[in-house]
Parts: sequence; structure tokens; C-alpha cells
Amino acid sequence: MNKIKSLADLKKLQTEVQSKIKLREMGDHSETLIQIKVSMATCGIASGAKETMSHFIEELDHQGIDVIVTQTGCMGYCYAEPTIELTIPGQQPVVYGFVNKAKAQEIIEKHVKLNEMVDGIIPVNYSSIDN
Amino acid sequence: MADYNMHILVCGGTGCKASQSELIKSNFKTRLNEFGLSDEIQVIMTGCFGFCEKGPIVKILPDNTFYTQVTPEDVFEIVEEHVIKGRKVERLLYKDPESKEHIVDTKGMDFYKKQIRIALRNCGFINPENIEEYIGRDGYAALGTCLSEITPDEVIRMIKDSGLRGRGGGGFPTGLKWELTRKSVSDQKYVVCNADEGDPGAFMDRSILEGDPHSVLEAMAICGYCIGADKGLVYIRAEYPLAIERLKIAINQAREYGLLGNDILGTGFSFDVEIRYGAGAFVCGEETALIHSMEGKRGEPTVKPPFPAEKGYNGKPTNVNNVETFANIPVIINKGAEWFASIGTANSKGTKVFALAGKINNVGLIEVPMGITLREIIYDIGGGIKDGREFKAVQTGGPSGGCLTKSFLDTPIDYDNLVAAGSMMGSGGMIVLDDSDCMVAIAKFYLEFTLDESCGKCTPCRIGNKRLYEILEKITEGNGKVEDLNRLRMLSSVIKDTSLCGLGQTSPNPVLSTLDHFYDEYLSHVTSHKCIAGQCKALMHYSIDVDKCTGCTLCFRNCPVGAISGEKRASHYIDQSLCIKCGVCFAKCKFDAVLIA
Repeated sequence: MNKIKSLADLKKLQTEVQSKIKLREMGDHSETLIQIKVSMATCGIASGAKETMSHFIEELDHQGIDVIVTQTGCMGYCYAEPTIELTIPGQQPVVYGFVNKAKAQEIIEKHVKLNEMVDGIIPVNYSSIDN
Repeated sequence: MADYNMHILVCGGTGCKASQSELIKSNFKTRLNEFGLSDEIQVIMTGCFGFCEKGPIVKILPDNTFYTQVTPEDVFEIVEEHVIKGRKVERLLYKDPESKEHIVDTKGMDFYKKQIRIALRNCGFINPENIEEYIGRDGYAALGTCLSEITPDEVIRMIKDSGLRGRGGGGFPTGLKWELTRKSVSDQKYVVCNADEGDPGAFMDRSILEGDPHSVLEAMAICGYCIGADKGLVYIRAEYPLAIERLKIAINQAREYGLLGNDILGTGFSFDVEIRYGAGAFVCGEETALIHSMEGKRGEPTVKPPFPAEKGYNGKPTNVNNVETFANIPVIINKGAEWFASIGTANSKGTKVFALAGKINNVGLIEVPMGITLREIIYDIGGGIKDGREFKAVQTGGPSGGCLTKSFLDTPIDYDNLVAAGSMMGSGGMIVLDDSDCMVAIAKFYLEFTLDESCGKCTPCRIGNKRLYEILEKITEGNGKVEDLNRLRMLSSVIKDTSLCGLGQTSPNPVLSTLDHFYDEYLSHVTSHKCIAGQCKALMHYSIDVDKCTGCTLCFRNCPVGAISGEKRASHYIDQSLCIKCGVCFAKCKFDAVLIA
């Protein structure tokens, strides 16, 4: 490691390393952030959920948008894998099916950035016991 | 992939380490490796989360899951269920003691709801052994700003405006101390960090050094810049090996990054830090004794003035601040004095870290705004008294402080109110007592501590405390007289008035404060020879209920001194002259026939 020579250098290093702990800071105020859960059961992974998840993480990071991306278990829509659930704070969660890289990109551009829903939504067909 | 998509934080504080958190961490690493997830999931050992009661703690992010009392074996289930399938392991989640529901998120835990973490901001959040994580959290930004953009006088002005007072116990205004040391003219000055935390039950300084050592180093450098010192010394007790190890790593990393050493950030300012070890003497927390100990002399206090600000280490002007005080400095510079001064009460600004211990449900480390009430700390954050018993008192300020009774539950806590209530802030140990604690025995316990720790220089402290202790011993053994209570008071005031340093001047405080608040309890010890709390063994009387005794001979066979006699299947009898009040008969009896009075 080279020595930090000035305040400007320190600030530069700070921005560089911030991304490493950003995930932890996001966890601190998770209730205000958009959350994307990627269904990562066997069926999801076999259909490419890992690639979808990586794409979300990389693209959102690249664009500098704070979104919590986590994995979750099978949502039951095995025919439509990879599936994701997107929650905007204060709104009902929305589930998308067949989310490949291109679809993920579309979701980021439209739903995450503009709050406009895109095609491919799986309608809610169950009620959950906790709400 | 450059960044990890999940972080697993494992508590690496001394408490959790003692419960195998090191093995938990390595189990996580091995397991994740087996699943080929090492590149996607980061495992980090952090400092203390504060919730020591339920340690070891594992926190998973970004979904903010808080697992308690994790064992190394639980790791497999966490990896397979939570990490791979995304299902939380319910049985390890924190359970709300009232609603009995599992709480997923730390934000839902009462323990954290009322806390404001300034000094502990990075504890349980960053890896203390990685300077880059500290830098990512605005680390060293305050030092950089000070060196490049603010004059020392302005920095001191800021600290003064913030209202920060010494967190070691005395509560001396930090900005003023810095100003005094700045004004002293000398070719060499020193910045000393007092990490000689000695109060029984207090461990905030250790936790800060273990969890966020860089915040202290950064603040020491800022202090050096303000007072004109290029050398810093951390005086730490050798019985804090983990804090020492992390501090050493931090110092080396800071040097490597050019944040300590010569010409820091190209500003021409040089500052370096060294560690000095103490042998764990309580009196060495007193600044003059501390300085003597660092000089290699006996750890004995000397008369002030001269204050260390004029003549300290090696006779040079020295600024001594406590660990927690330093940890607040970078935040004040980054967020501004006004922000800091907006938290707290009129004369006590900011927050205070308290170590909760004793008969309380959530034992641990908390940081709360000044002005919070004792009730909020004990019942909301601390989760109330253990086993549903009744609250009796809180001992604050360690052996120099006093106890606060029920009537103070709603008093806002700050430096001045605590002194007015007959106690003191001290370094922040809070020992909660319930109705089974005898106040005479508590006073005796603290006195035993000061007796041990007195350096012996002043007669009143060395001999006076011994005499105080003997009187208390007499009372707890049932041989006390009413006159003894007055004698306790008189002797206490003499010791307070005639001792040189803080140790002697405050050592009778626990006695005086318990005498004030619990005079009845003392009185019942000396007049009716009864200990209401049932703690003073010598005052207890064991007897056998003739009607209940079945003559099973269990007590007879277990009594270690042969004080019990009686025939088989006939009632037994305890010979009081032989009984040593060990309580074995009471514990062994299956028919509740042994009575305690």
C-alpha cells in the first residue's frame, strides 16, 4: 500500500472502499430501500437465477442505485423461473417471472428507476398468513 | 465478482470470543467454501455488538438478520437454510421477552431502539483489523479536514462548542483541557489515551478499542495537532490482550497508509502513537498516577497542581483523555459541534456508553443519549429485572460512586443529576441490584475492592478504609452495634477530606450512599440482627420444622460439620453452636422442612 499523500487522495480511497461496506449500511436503513428477492431454489438456480442475481447486483452497483438484493427460497412458480419479487417501500410486492438478464435490465430501467411496472408480472394468487 | 452480495458479521468481542466465536467464523468459511460461495459471501469478525447477554451474535446483511447464542454447530444450519435457501433459522432469532415473537431485524429489538451510537458507531459494523473499512465510514476524514482546512484554535473552539465532557468519570470539559495544554509552552508535548479501565463491571473502553481502534488513533492525532504534540501514548492494562492486539494492528496499518508518522497527508504535521502497558492497578486510572506509571515509577498519584496540562509525562505538558472521549471527537468534527450539542441535556451533551450488569435481563453494552431516565435503561433497553424480581437499586460510578434507588428511576441521567443524587457518572458501569441483594454486603464488596487497590500512600485511605471494612464485616457477621453506624459516617468523612487523590476521596461513597438510602437495612443488621435480603449468611438461622421432617436423614448425611442429629424416621435437629450456615441442608431437603429465618 502506498502512503496516502493528501486529503484528496484520502477522499478518493474513501469512495473506492465505501462500496465494500455499502451493503452493511443499506441493511441499517432497509425499510426505506427497494428490495429485490431472487428465488434461488434448485429450480431457480437451474434456470439461471444466479446470473440474474449477479446482473442485478452489478448493474445497480454500476448505476449507483441503492437496492437491497437478497436471495430467497422457492416461491412456487417453478414454471416461470427465474422469478424475483420486487418491493418498493410502502407498496405491495410485485413478482416477476422468466427474469433473464434482458428482463432484469428492463426492470431496473423501468420499475426500479421510474416506478413503472413492466410485462411479466405474476399476479398474486395466494394469501400469506402474516398479513 | 468484485463485491460480495452477502456479509456475515460474527462478533469478535472478548465475551463472544470466549464462547467460540472464532470457531463460528472459521466454520462459516469452511462451509461456504464447500458450497463454492467464498467469492460471493464475506465473513467478517467485528467488534462488540453490545448484546452480550445473548452472545455469540451473528448478523447477516443486507437483510439485517440478527442471530443470537449461535454455536459452532449452528453454522451448518445457517448456511444451508439462510444462505442457500433464503429461509431464516427461526430458533436462533431473538425472541421478544414479552410478545414471545421472533424478531428478525435489530431495528425491532427494544435493546437497540433507544440507543444512539456515536462512540460505538463502528462496533459490530466494521472489521476492526481492516483500516479500509474504517476509511469507508468517514474514517480519518476528520483528521484530514482538520489538518488541511481548520486551524487548531478553531478545532478546539468546535470541541468546546460541542459541550463534550470527559467520559472517564470526572466530566471535565474536553475542549478546555485541550486549550490549557495548547497554551503551555514547551519543546515537547504528549497526548495520552487513558485506557486503564478499572471499574468492576465496566468494559466500554475495551470494547471501543476492540471494535474500532482507529477512531481513537484518529482523535489522538487531532488532539496532537491542536495542542502541538507529535507523540501519542496509549496507556492500556495488560489484561486486555485482544484490545492490545487490535490496537497494534491498527497502529501499523495507519503508519502503512501514512495516517500516522511523518508529514501526514502532505501537511507537514507529524504524529505517532506508542503503547504503554499497565499492570491493572485501579489507581493508575488517575491521571497523575498513570503518568508516573508510564515513566516507569510507582503508580502513585501526586498533588495537583501542577496539572498534567502544565507538567505531565517526563515533565512536559500532557493531555490525558479517556478512550470513549476520544471516540467521540472524529464524529464531532465531521458532523459539527451543533449537531453533537443538540443531543443530551443542558450541561451534558452527547451520549454515554453504559455497561449493564447484575440482575438485569439484557446484560451488555449500550450507548444512550444523556438525559435518558434510569427507567428507560433498565426496563426498555435492559428488559427488566431478572426472574421477575423487584428492582432495588443501581450502583453507578463503580467503587467511587453510589447507588440510585427507586425514587431516582425517572431522573434524567447526566453528570450533574447523578452527583446531586449522591452518585456519579464514573466510567459508566451500571450494576443493577434486586431485592435479594444486601446493601451492607454491596458496600463491603466495593470497599474490599478499594482496599485492594489503594496504593498506600495516604494514611486515611490505607488504614481508614481497612477500618471501615472491618466495621462492615462486623455488621454483616451480626456483631454490629448502633454506634458503629455513626462511626462509619465519621470515618468516611475523614477519609474523604484527607486523601490526596480521587481514589481515597471517593472510596467511602458506596458506604455513605447506602447508609443514606438504606439506613433501615443497616439498622436491622445491628439491632435485630436480621438481613432482609437474606444474603448475610452469619445472620441466618437454620432450623428444622418438626411437623414436616420425615426423618429421611438426607440432611444428616450431607451436613459437612455434623451439626444435625436425629433418629431415622424421627424429626431431626440442628445444633446451632455447630452450624456454619452453609445451606446444604436447605438445598437437600425434599420436604421443605428446613426453615431459614
